[in-house]
Amino acid sequence: MSAGAAKALTSSSHFELFGLPPVFSLNQEMLEKAYRDIQSQVHPDRFARAGDAERRASLQWTTRVNEAYRTLKSPVQRGKHLLELHGVDVAFETNTAMPAEFLMQQMELREQLEEAKDTKALDALRAGLQKNKKSLERDIADTVDAKKDYQHAADLVRKLMFLERLDEEIDSGYEALE
Amino acid sequence: MALLQISEPGQSQAPHEHRLAVGIDLGTTNSLVATVRSGVATVLPDANGRALLPSVVRYLDSGKTEVGYAAQSRQAEDPKNTIVSVKRFMGRGLKDVAHVESTPYDFVDAPGMVQIRTAAGVKSPVEVSADILRILRERAELSLQGNISGAVITVPAYFDDAQRQATKDAGKIAGLNVLRLLNEPTAAAIAYGLENASEGLYAVYDLGGGTFDISILKLSKGVFEVVATSGDSMLGGDDFDQRLFCWVVEKAKLPPLNPRDMRLLQVRSREAKEHLTLHGDAPIAAKLSNGEFVDLKINTETFCSITQTLVSKTLGPVRKALRDAGLTVDDVRGVVMVGGATRMPQVQRAVGEFFRRDPLNNLDPDKVVALGAAMQANVLAGNKPQGEDWLLLDVIPLSLGVETMGGLAEKIIPRNTTIPAGRAQEFTTYKDGQTGMSFHVVQGERELVSDCRSLARFELKGIPPMVAGAARIRVSFQVDADGLLSVSARESTSGVEASVTVKPSYGLGDADIERMLRDSFEHAKGDVHARALTEQQVDGRRLLEATKSALAQDESLLNGEEREAIERAMRSLESLLAGTDHRRIKHAADALNRATEDFAARRMDAGVKRALAGRKIGSL
Repeated sequence: MSAGAAKALTSSSHFELFGLPPVFSLNQEMLEKAYRDIQSQVHPDRFARAGDAERRASLQWTTRVNEAYRTLKSPVQRGKHLLELHGVDVAFETNTAMPAEFLMQQMELREQLEEAKDTKALDALRAGLQKNKKSLERDIADTVDAKKDYQHAADLVRKLMFLERLDEEIDSGYEALE
Repeated sequence: MALLQISEPGQSQAPHEHRLAVGIDLGTTNSLVATVRSGVATVLPDANGRALLPSVVRYLDSGKTEVGYAAQSRQAEDPKNTIVSVKRFMGRGLKDVAHVESTPYDFVDAPGMVQIRTAAGVKSPVEVSADILRILRERAELSLQGNISGAVITVPAYFDDAQRQATKDAGKIAGLNVLRLLNEPTAAAIAYGLENASEGLYAVYDLGGGTFDISILKLSKGVFEVVATSGDSMLGGDDFDQRLFCWVVEKAKLPPLNPRDMRLLQVRSREAKEHLTLHGDAPIAAKLSNGEFVDLKINTETFCSITQTLVSKTLGPVRKALRDAGLTVDDVRGVVMVGGATRMPQVQRAVGEFFRRDPLNNLDPDKVVALGAAMQANVLAGNKPQGEDWLLLDVIPLSLGVETMGGLAEKIIPRNTTIPAGRAQEFTTYKDGQTGMSFHVVQGERELVSDCRSLARFELKGIPPMVAGAARIRVSFQVDADGLLSVSARESTSGVEASVTVKPSYGLGDADIERMLRDSFEHAKGDVHARALTEQQVDGRRLLEATKSALAQDESLLNGEEREAIERAMRSLESLLAGTDHRRIKHAADALNRATEDFAARRMDAGVKRALAGRKIGSL
């Protein structure tokens, strides 16, 4: 592949790829539309009869577009990607220092999860969690898009990641009940 | 707004040329082949007008092979050599096979996948499946009067990598150009969605002979998007027969049975199950080889109670799929029922109660998968004009990962990721001066590697000696549109590159596949060379045609020199096509592929720009 073509495939940000503004409060409908429009041009189903070169290029593009779409759809991953574009590493793995108050709250929620013995209790936990997530997402949008305070935003995205993990644990809770 | 029309990339400029393409439902119990004729998908029947081909293969010591009804009618007589439900053994080791004790086969525990010793020699499930596929290919060729240019073969959505690879190999051995492996519930959704112009979220509940799938799809005009899928690749109608069979053995107080009696009672159990779909009770009568008679009657209530756990076992994956999709039953607009086993009233009832709505049964549950596959084959073959085709977005059913320290599985591509998908992760060395690193690729959701399915093991050698933790080994996973994985690993920090790429296999190597291909041609009295030549000619012509249409569309992306290089490669291939040297044709085709690499990449870029430009204009 030539340098020029390879550049278009790998170097643009996920936002650029879809021709969308790099904001946290992304218009999901526009994202979905751009995703589908591009897929309809590059998807392997369009190249089932083509030569190896086109099939390979199609596979690379589709993989790239799917990954970008997956990243931008998820608030945590979108936040992380956006902050990286501004040179801030959210550092999920290494930075686990969180405010004590937040950690206390998380521990309490996890205790509630352990005590939840029926789907009703899990449903209630999940509903509460969804509310928290939504409000945190609004905070992130405000901090990133309006205030452009990327360092503080990184703390908020880390918090959101904690909530997402709890969400996954609630899934395991449902599974354990079945 | 009047828009300029641009034909789809990769498609022919000659829209009138119709290519023969088929969809094949390779089922546990029955298989079917369908095609799109004059715009309508239809199942192709055999010479006697029968649409279904029982997925039964009998191997005779004469070397002759019987497939379908003929084999099915002799199964009680010759159970050891008559293979039923071979799909259950695809990509499976002996330890994975359920109810081994009640199968009459002489299993050979080969690495990766079981094999079966028959009167005609040891057979891999891949070969048995290929024998079924070959009959369907011949049926289609006879009925359509021409060579099949390509086939879409369906697989359960919950099939793992080994099971998918085995199915694709079976297609190859049967002499099919496999355009795509398509998930069965997705195929059903295509057929259903197009028929009913459905929009919104739909669930496809697919209980076949040996497998259970649940897929949640978002349907909108021109797009079929799988949001989540789950299932159980070891649960199907066969298990209901098995429960009934056990009930018969217990009720009639039968001693351990010989293979013949076992098969006979299994057949009677299945017949009784089918009878109960429409009647309140069913007789089960058989004369055993010792002259003893079994004469029982079972009613619906008893049958429901002995199979109740099986029905509820399907609901676990249904809940999981909904959770993965972040949905509740209220979000689902309809539940499409697929697979012969969904005819059982207790299944219909349970699904209806769970989703709080009547399931949709307006398409024949036996045929809908083959019809959807035919529609997709028609699109992939390029027979659908632009604007009338659709976009299919499917997912992988099980997470893919590698083993890390302590036997833990590190997920690299999580389940329900849209395919094609690729993801890379970095690993490092554990000891000073370590020059090799071994990787174990696994598939599954469990944390312990021992609970996941092992797909491949490989080693990266030639890492330059460094202190522990200094090397950066990048492991990349790539899943293609068939849901098949390839893995590569490379180390390049030191400037010295070490890399390796593997495709997981289930024990059958390329040499085995080659041998099976050869065997199958000898069997068909074909000439290996002639076959290879035809294949290369077909591939070569397809490549020329695709390149011509690409040049016609996007010539502006090339300068004179570049265009000349491609045309030179085309002329070279064209001149060899009339000859008889299949190796030289292959060589010229490879050269043309290389010559068009840059062009292909630029065309993709141009396509993306076009898509975005259209969107911006459209949204003004």
